[in-house]
Amino acid sequence: MIRFAGDSGDGMQLAGDRFTASSAIFGNDLSTLPDYPAEIRAPAGTVAGVSAFQIHISDHDIFTPGDHPNVLVAMNPAALKAHLPDLEAGAAILLNSDAFDDRALQKAGYASDPRADDSLKPFKVYEVPMTSLTMEAVKPSGTKARDAERSKNFFALGLVSWMYSRPVEPTLEWVAKRFAGNEMVQEANTLAFKAGWNFGETAEIFESAYQVKPASLPRGTYTNISGNTALAWGLVAAGQLAKLSVFLGTYPITPASDILHELSKHKNFGVRTFQAEDEIAGVSAALGASYGGALGVTTTSGPGLDLKTETIGLAISLELPLVVIDVQRGGPSTGLPTKTEQADLLQAVFGRHGEAPLPVLAPSTPGDCFYIAIEAARIALKYRTPVIVLSDGYLANGAEPWPIPDTASLPDLSAEFGFATEPNKTLPDGRQVFWPYLRDPETLARPWATPGTPGLMHRLGGLEKADGAGSVSYDPGNHELMVRLRAQKVAGIAKDVAPVSVDDPDGLGGADLLVLAWGSTYGAVQAGVKAVRSAGGRVAHAHLRHLNPFPANLGEVVRSYRRVLVPEVNLGQLRKLVRAEFLVDAQGLNKVNGLPFRRIDIQLAILAELEALAGQQNGSTARKEDK
Amino acid sequence: MTDVASPTTTRKDWASDQEVRWCPGCGDYSILTAVQLLMPELGARREDTVFISGIGCSSRFPYYMNTYGVHSIHGRAPALATGLATARPDLHVWVITGDGDALSIGGNHLLHALRRNVNITIVLFNNQIYGLTKGQYSPTSETGKVTKSTPFGSLDFPYNPVSLALGAEASFVARTHDMDRKHMTETLRRAYEHRGAALVEIYQNCNVFNDGAFEAITSKDNRPSMLIPLEQAKPVRFGPDGAKGVVMDRNGSAAIVDVADVGEEALLVHDEGRPDPSTAFALSRLASGPHTPTPIGVFRSVERADYGSQVQDQLVAAAARKGPGDLAALLKSGTTWTVGA
Repeated sequence: MIRFAGDSGDGMQLAGDRFTASSAIFGNDLSTLPDYPAEIRAPAGTVAGVSAFQIHISDHDIFTPGDHPNVLVAMNPAALKAHLPDLEAGAAILLNSDAFDDRALQKAGYASDPRADDSLKPFKVYEVPMTSLTMEAVKPSGTKARDAERSKNFFALGLVSWMYSRPVEPTLEWVAKRFAGNEMVQEANTLAFKAGWNFGETAEIFESAYQVKPASLPRGTYTNISGNTALAWGLVAAGQLAKLSVFLGTYPITPASDILHELSKHKNFGVRTFQAEDEIAGVSAALGASYGGALGVTTTSGPGLDLKTETIGLAISLELPLVVIDVQRGGPSTGLPTKTEQADLLQAVFGRHGEAPLPVLAPSTPGDCFYIAIEAARIALKYRTPVIVLSDGYLANGAEPWPIPDTASLPDLSAEFGFATEPNKTLPDGRQVFWPYLRDPETLARPWATPGTPGLMHRLGGLEKADGAGSVSYDPGNHELMVRLRAQKVAGIAKDVAPVSVDDPDGLGGADLLVLAWGSTYGAVQAGVKAVRSAGGRVAHAHLRHLNPFPANLGEVVRSYRRVLVPEVNLGQLRKLVRAEFLVDAQGLNKVNGLPFRRIDIQLAILAELEALAGQQNGSTARKEDK
Repeated sequence: MTDVASPTTTRKDWASDQEVRWCPGCGDYSILTAVQLLMPELGARREDTVFISGIGCSSRFPYYMNTYGVHSIHGRAPALATGLATARPDLHVWVITGDGDALSIGGNHLLHALRRNVNITIVLFNNQIYGLTKGQYSPTSETGKVTKSTPFGSLDFPYNPVSLALGAEASFVARTHDMDRKHMTETLRRAYEHRGAALVEIYQNCNVFNDGAFEAITSKDNRPSMLIPLEQAKPVRFGPDGAKGVVMDRNGSAAIVDVADVGEEALLVHDEGRPDPSTAFALSRLASGPHTPTPIGVFRSVERADYGSQVQDQLVAAAARKGPGDLAALLKSGTTWTVGA
């Protein structure tokens, strides 16, 4: 839901109207709520003179509450003041920062600038100098300065159209028609609209409202949290729970940068954040810090994950803890930086040269990002391995009400690992030495001895290591053994993760169809499954958080259903893994248009699968009757 | 009470049990020996010493030191070392690298480690050739060099590593060579004692793929006339009997002169602590390759806060300002509301 608000002379109704028209062409269901000022001639710049237009686009809104806009476009302080009370925490505010001078603030009745105090803290605020950018943009049209400023509603419209992927053409066609008699105005509005759109694209302004709101929330204290903030807080928590200092080595990239921004605020937790010269340096510095006994973390998105690949391979060889967070976006290459996708799964699982397995996790909701960060750190520290976490743009920027956990209920990560302090091997001549690759028989993890520990000096490296002693070894048999040991270590983690739980009202295998999903599709799948059930359909839902290794019970789960449907925002990557691993003929529901699944997509696909199953059933009954 | 006295060690304590596998006659042996002999003199602790390398012949170095060490991946040693030195300002971190590793595939990381003044001691073995991959030209090879990959001569213009480091805002830059143990040891000692990023370029002979590359300046007979020793607060003089010297000309370039022509008072007096790196840079441009008189020694040594210490200071300041981290408070730092009684 988007609300355009400004002075009654600012053309907000027009902006809202055009956005509505382009949304209708786009095929969204929508309802609109124009909100004209009661006093048509109220003084400019005052709260009473604010005009607003609200649009409710209901494409993927599942349980959207009625009256709270997700985005407020405020052209001046009065518009902000009038509409702020309607916003829920986590909403986005696009401010025309040019209009926030002392006089305008005073007129709106603000004693001090709301941008400077805490009143806007619960919101995502984008300050955009819309007036000056518009005036600059419309210069080529030859419009006089006073008139040029009036095109700023089209700038705002262009910006919001970018954020919501509205088509450009209908608006431009409308402008051409509407102002056919006045070429100068036509050109000014066109230029302003394009400038707004281009600003959104260049600044990579990103809006993705994660909409899963259960009818009634369980008891507890809640806060609104986005996936990126939850990951950052989860990493802070992991450091505290492991009693290790966190070291983030990273390079800015959309849509992951907010994790760096958030973590860099928390230096009082001993968190070191390092903005490196490139993606490779970010992950390499994190690995260097892990070698020194810190919890090394790197954050990135697809193009960055490509670059980090070689260092991740080194981490597999060195067998050191490392948490790699990939906030997926549309690919390949630069792709769609501000659009969501789940297409890095196979890269995460397999994308390194050699036999190079590592654990892969994925959060299912913005709030789950907090727990997945802790789980990633647990596995990395306990098994001395890099772990990849696959979030995505939808989770990263979407927010949801999150029940704040009691910190005492969080796992004690410090109990899951320890540093080596003593030699661990007695040589035939009686000498006590440290063997860096003498593994724990249970976890197969190697000992973690950090520099500064007397007597345990050792050399690590990317060359193959002799089993146990850890010196360089070119021995063919040793290489085969080490490859198999590293694979066994990662495979063994399956025993140490929660079994995948199956949401099936009839118990495991009770329903006809299992929807097996992962990552940010959780909300849409839950809603789709519930909708089908309320109409009498029998369908189960299992949602994977551990993608490599799979939870130990997954084979039994997928074999318990006649049919398995795997919805993914890619061309079928989890489906490929499930088929290869379990020889189950899983079906795919796939899309890659940069947008998350809608409830209706899932619902229709489930119904089609159930219909096909019913057809099979009838068919086989018919054949029986033939006999 | 912890014993904080410097430990007494010998060269043997610093040598690992691994067989050294460089080609017989390689210049790397003399560098390894110099370092293993220097460490006991410095009173360094093995457990607090880390050698990090990339890929290349020189990068085998950490395996031969009985310290902590990582033989990492090509070009990335400065990046790994940056993470380690930043997370652990208490350690002494060395980076061992070569002309291909540091200046070609890893050029970016070298520049940024120097600029940030990360507390690492970088030893750059420059043999002007790719040895491990058996003889392709490197970023310091002279233009026109005929190698396996350039049968008609290399077209690349070479780097001058000292000029590059000075341009990258390095706080300590020096050059030495593998034929003079004493000079090499003294230069490495100075680098070790420098807090912040220190870069030492070592002219190192690859007797298999680029034999004699530095002979024109480093052979015993040629040294007096071809090496220009830079010594703090002394006029820059060289040549048999110190007949040659260096002056700064009116254009800001360094030039070689006969001392008899200009008089000793006209010579440049070397000041490695000069805040402005221009003079050091001018000295680095005196020779464009190891065929004409070439300065060796410490070009620049200035004090600047190192990166890891500054990061540490920010953590301490944040804890003083906001109190130590409180996880429960962090989770409630946004707008909160309560559902149910």
